[in-house]
Amino acid sequence: MPLLEYDALGVTLPGTARPILDGIDLHVGAGEVVALVGESGSGKSVTARAALGLFPAGADITGQVRVAGTGLVGADAASLRDVRTNRAAMIYQDPRAALNPVRRVGDFLTEPLRLAHGWSRNRAAARAAELLAAVGLPDPGRHLNQYPHELSGGMLQRVVIAAALTTEPRLLLCDEPTTALDVSTQAEILAVLGRLQRERGLGLLLITHDIELAAAVSDRIHVMYAGRIVEAAPVADLFAAPRHPYTAGLLGSSPPLHGPLARLTPIPGAPMGLLESAPGCAFAPRCHFAEPGRCDQSPPPPERHGPAEVACHRTAELTAPAANAPAPAAFHASGKEDS
Amino acid sequence: MTTDPTPALLQVSGLRKTYRTGGAEVVAVDDLSFTLRPGAALGIVGESGSGKTTTARMLIGLERPDAGRILVQGEPLADFVRGRAARLARAKAVQIVFQDPYLSLDARMGIGATIDGALRLHGLRDPAARAARVRELLAQVGLGDREAAALPRHLSGGQRQRAAIARALAVEPAVLVLDEAVSALDVSVQAQVLNLLSDIRRDTGIGLVFVSHDLAVVRYVCDEALVLYRGRTLEHRPVAELLAAPRDPYTRLLLASVPRPGWDPDSISSRRRSLDPKGLPA
Ligand SMILES: Nc1ncnc2c1ncn2[C@@H]1O[C@H](COP(=O)(O)OP(=O)(O)OP(=O)(O)O)[C@@H](O)[C@H]1O
Ligand SMILES: Nc1ncnc2c1ncn2[C@@H]1O[C@H](COP(=O)(O)OP(=O)(O)O)[C@@H](O)[C@H]1O
Ligand code: SF4
Ligand SMILES: [Mg+2]
Ligand SMILES: [Mg+2]
Repeated sequence: MPLLEYDALGVTLPGTARPILDGIDLHVGAGEVVALVGESGSGKSVTARAALGLFPAGADITGQVRVAGTGLVGADAASLRDVRTNRAAMIYQDPRAALNPVRRVGDFLTEPLRLAHGWSRNRAAARAAELLAAVGLPDPGRHLNQYPHELSGGMLQRVVIAAALTTEPRLLLCDEPTTALDVSTQAEILAVLGRLQRERGLGLLLITHDIELAAAVSDRIHVMYAGRIVEAAPVADLFAAPRHPYTAGLLGSSPPLHGPLARLTPIPGAPMGLLESAPGCAFAPRCHFAEPGRCDQSPPPPERHGPAEVACHRTAELTAPAANAPAPAAFHASGKEDS
Repeated sequence: MTTDPTPALLQVSGLRKTYRTGGAEVVAVDDLSFTLRPGAALGIVGESGSGKTTTARMLIGLERPDAGRILVQGEPLADFVRGRAARLARAKAVQIVFQDPYLSLDARMGIGATIDGALRLHGLRDPAARAARVRELLAQVGLGDREAAALPRHLSGGQRQRAAIARALAVEPAVLVLDEAVSALDVSVQAQVLNLLSDIRRDTGIGLVFVSHDLAVVRYVCDEALVLYRGRTLEHRPVAELLAAPRDPYTRLLLASVPRPGWDPDSISSRRRSLDPKGLPA
């Protein structure tokens, strides 16, 4: 049984033109790192929060999301509490927002243990110090007595990770955990997460808008666009041969650090908001390969293509080496220039 | 002494800035010197707290250096302080675009009106000429009449940042400073702005000072890069050379930190520790 499993999860808010999430299928097993990649507003955070049974107020929910077998859609209070305190923990982008600025780091770490688990102050403090050491903070005793403003962003994110570990969850939901940090600090935080995942067999859902980062650390990548997963594939496959035009567009949007430097081929336009909708493929207004009369008729369902699952009407012909299809090279550098 | 046929847009020498916080003194920028020629683009890279924003703020006169000198087209920046004419002259010398475009746009005004106001302030009196120039500036950053009428909050993040760039270009500054101006943008939109910056470089003689912690982005926009570490300049070289053969161990660490397939964050973490054994983990 996977640690985390989404089964056709849909989330719709009244008064919007399209669902926030539509047919999300995804699973994370023990010891696995699965990345969810997409641009802002695509639905990554809503997906992550659903794994704690947190849904936008007033939203209509369809499908199911299970953590260690417990369904969270329609769950009772006891199962929600069990999942949130024992099974899964979330790490957010902004560690400063997660901590109360006038409470000491030690209070932040020990309170859940004392309140939810009834531990004594000393036992909780010992455990907190142990966890701070586990996330690579050199002087746990001192850090327990410090206030958030005395720590750098990277140190605070370690504190947040330590806090997430207090109740020994098997599943970590990491929502852009390094977006607010510089690259070398990002590497340090990922080293910590990677070590925890290996040593404790944790499952990680890593949410990021950085497809290169996702590729560097995860086993599988799911690419999300306008509330749907448009491509899911093992990392190597997705990088070597993206099968969805949006994935190819994302890859063509980041300048390379080494090798030839060609002009970037940005995806034109901007991602679709909640008040916009398209009768067919949501990416069609920005897609170089959109075919009128076909792509704008019905949303493409996810289909298996080799090792990948892709939701695009034209994947078969676009990735086939046939003569009448666009050359793969052209596809992989897809996207028309923005006006 | 030979005379240089093309005077430098910016000549920065011996710049230093310290802050005093809670009794301790932080040297934010220490002995920084560089020269920016017409049409050149200098990237300033470094980890958080290395002094990038402090440098940017000194270049636009928002922060007063403790020591050192900034010459813009041969004139000391410090002279552009008092009086309306002097302030306008400084605005014409150096403009800045921040990570947050709201800082340079008026939230209550259409972006066209904001740019129109900047042109009026700089003495373009004829309304018809201003309207034409607003349209031209917005077209240059890929925005049209519909966006010109829109309030900043009704634009997408990338459109807002392009509007902020158009606003900065309106006064035809000699130098444009960009402080993490593309960092908050989605990659697809970031790519649009990066292409815009390379077009601006190609089409105008403007000099760019481009602050970023993203080396790949710096490579795309700039021809030279300067690596800052705790306020000190570790290396300042052509970007291509810097990336191909980084000299300083810290520059090598910065390069290794960029995620890529087969990436090993553990080794980066321990290398960082060995470069700075007494430092706390960031
Ligand atoms: N107004 C201020 N008062 C006190 N210290 C300051 C002030 N502004 C900056 N500093 C300190 O100066 C140093 C350089 O800061 P600066 O903002 O220039 O860094 P940066 O390179 O722009 O970092 P980032 O990548 O996080 O934006 C840091 O140690 C910072 O804490
Ligand atoms: N609680 C909420 N109420 C209403 N709308 C929401 C709520 N949470 C998210 N949304 C909307 O749902 C969409 C997806 O949001 P989110 O998951 O936060 O995107 P991402 O994390 O990919 O940037 C956005 O349009 C966002 O504004
Ligand atoms: S379905 Fe059509 S519009 Fe959508 S991504 Fe595929 S080719 Fe493009
Ligand atoms: Mg989010
Ligand atoms: Mg800064």
